[in-house]
Amino acid sequence: MIDFRQELDFDAEGPILAMEDLCKSYQLGATELRVLREINLAINSGEYVAIMGPSGSGKSTLLNMIGCLDRPTSGDYRLGGQSVSVLDDDDLSMIRGARIGFVFQSFNLIAQLNVVENIEIPMYYQGYSEHESAERAEELATMVGLGERLRHRPSELSGGQQQRVAIARALANDPLIILADEPTGNLDSSSGAEILMILDRLREEGKTLIVVTHDEHIATRAERVIRLFDGRIDKEEFNTR
Amino acid sequence: MFIFRLKRTIKLGAKSLWMHRLRSTLTALGIIFGVSSVIAMLAIGEGASRDAQEKIAQLGSRNIIIRTIKPPEDQVAGGQQQTLMEYGLTYDDAERFQNGIPDVQVIVPNRRISQQALYRNRRVSLEVVGTVPWFPNISPTRIRFGRFLSTTDMHYKQGVCVLDERVVKELFAFDDPIGQAVKVGGDYYRVVGITTEQSKTPTSPELETKDATGAKKAAGANVGAMYVPLTTVKDRFGEMSMQISSGSGGTLERVELQEIIVQVQDVDMVMGTRQSVQTLLSRFHKKNDYEIVVPLELMRQAKDFQRIFTIVLGSIAAISLLVGGIGIMNIMMATVSERTREIGIRRALGAKKKDIVIQFLSETLILTLSGGLLGMALGALIPFFVTHFGQMRTVITGSSLILAFGISGAVGIAFGLYPAYRAANMDPIESLRHE
Repeated sequence: MIDFRQELDFDAEGPILAMEDLCKSYQLGATELRVLREINLAINSGEYVAIMGPSGSGKSTLLNMIGCLDRPTSGDYRLGGQSVSVLDDDDLSMIRGARIGFVFQSFNLIAQLNVVENIEIPMYYQGYSEHESAERAEELATMVGLGERLRHRPSELSGGQQQRVAIARALANDPLIILADEPTGNLDSSSGAEILMILDRLREEGKTLIVVTHDEHIATRAERVIRLFDGRIDKEEFNTR
Repeated sequence: MFIFRLKRTIKLGAKSLWMHRLRSTLTALGIIFGVSSVIAMLAIGEGASRDAQEKIAQLGSRNIIIRTIKPPEDQVAGGQQQTLMEYGLTYDDAERFQNGIPDVQVIVPNRRISQQALYRNRRVSLEVVGTVPWFPNISPTRIRFGRFLSTTDMHYKQGVCVLDERVVKELFAFDDPIGQAVKVGGDYYRVVGITTEQSKTPTSPELETKDATGAKKAAGANVGAMYVPLTTVKDRFGEMSMQISSGSGGTLERVELQEIIVQVQDVDMVMGTRQSVQTLLSRFHKKNDYEIVVPLELMRQAKDFQRIFTIVLGSIAAISLLVGGIGIMNIMMATVSERTREIGIRRALGAKKKDIVIQFLSETLILTLSGGLLGMALGALIPFFVTHFGQMRTVITGSSLILAFGISGAVGIAFGLYPAYRAANMDPIESLRHE
């Protein structure tokens, strides 16, 4: 077992995320379904990247790949300088917990836990002490503007507030990458705008953001837009602000 | 670190169970009733067994009791109507035991006659026991006041008696019985002592009939005893007794002794001596007019019975806990599939398979162990009511509590493991997509 927490301050030479000829295919009966084909991708620390593409282009699979929820069929994936394609299930869990901060479209908070307890989850699995994690969770909740609602249950919060809890949770372990999947997809436009502002602020603080979306409006806020089509990287665009 | 995690795991489990209070309670009920029935059944079984053991122990583990029984009619008369029936143990038998069996240490021959005793205007049914001065040595009968019969009483065939506590209670309301004269069958007997029995619990009726102090009594009738020197009884009552048998008028019976109690030096000698007694008696008694009761044998039988009893109770308990366990497993399977999304979230946020197993297993354990604790409380309460209202002795042993609690934990693990394993092996990607 590797203690990833020790390696968090690795020397950031080269890209934080690197994919080389990464392929993913599924066996459907006799036919092989090739979802990702020879993806070559490098993302540097502090970048704000949007991944776009129509349905069926392999967006979700790429997201799962980046989030270490799935292993590639072939090719190499290096996260923070470490190859993750060879790791076993337990090590992948550790990597997810330590290096990836997930933000989901449907918030994915746990209903029976309050705001602070939800934010604590990743820290719990990384072995933080109860006191340490509670303190940090309250800090993060205050940072996303929920300092007044620390003991509220998700059902007592609005969609925008729930997504803010999710962002705080994603930041809990100080990950290498914040990986957001349609973060505004379930929100009204004003809540969505708020969430995007928080993401912008994170970018300014130097966090690495990868947002998977089909909303062009979000894409314009990113520095780099990767367009997927039919399992390949079709186009890469750079926005200047 | 581990303790911290344990505490948080328990807290989390309790929180999830609290979300579904009714469901958790209903599920735990299976375990509560299972555990409480185990404890209650074992307590009742243990109580009954101790009762029996004590009763038998009172008969004396070194004793062999030989009793006169009325032989079957056809063996006596061969169909003929006979007016005088002669059967049973004799003084010669007692002498033969004394001289013929070396291991025999004490011999107590007893006459037993049902009579009515009169004191002033009070009357009570009792059993006159013609016995010897060393009778208390081999029975649980102990002197409470005064003295027991003496060899002098025996020798001079004195009209003295020692009364059972029960008789005293009924016959003497306020007077001090010692020194008073009690009238039985036309003769007066001076009370010289009062006995008590070393019995701790109320006796159960079925064993009462085999009590050393009162052979074959009418069912349910719990009459006291009046001890009189054997020689006096022989002198005053003779050896004849009238038996009114239905239809054929009266029959005269002649019985010398109702029982002979033989005590050997050591428990190991009991079975050998029983054999010698049997052999000796069969030589002189052609009729089947005696029975041999060996308390030690009864004790062994009682232990065997207790073992079977425990096995039966254990099986019933096991089945009830099995049913409770299946109920728990069923609910946990439902819980796991209901919380698929949560499992996916936790896996994405860094939970290993092991963490998921621990989470669900600890939820099951919290359910079964708290059910076990409540079951223990209920299980301790049931025997209390059984004793209070059912007049039955119950004994809750520490081991039965530990056993029941241990089983509830084992049920938790046995039936929680599979649902937890199922939860841990869900694909995180699919679980996250689960609605």
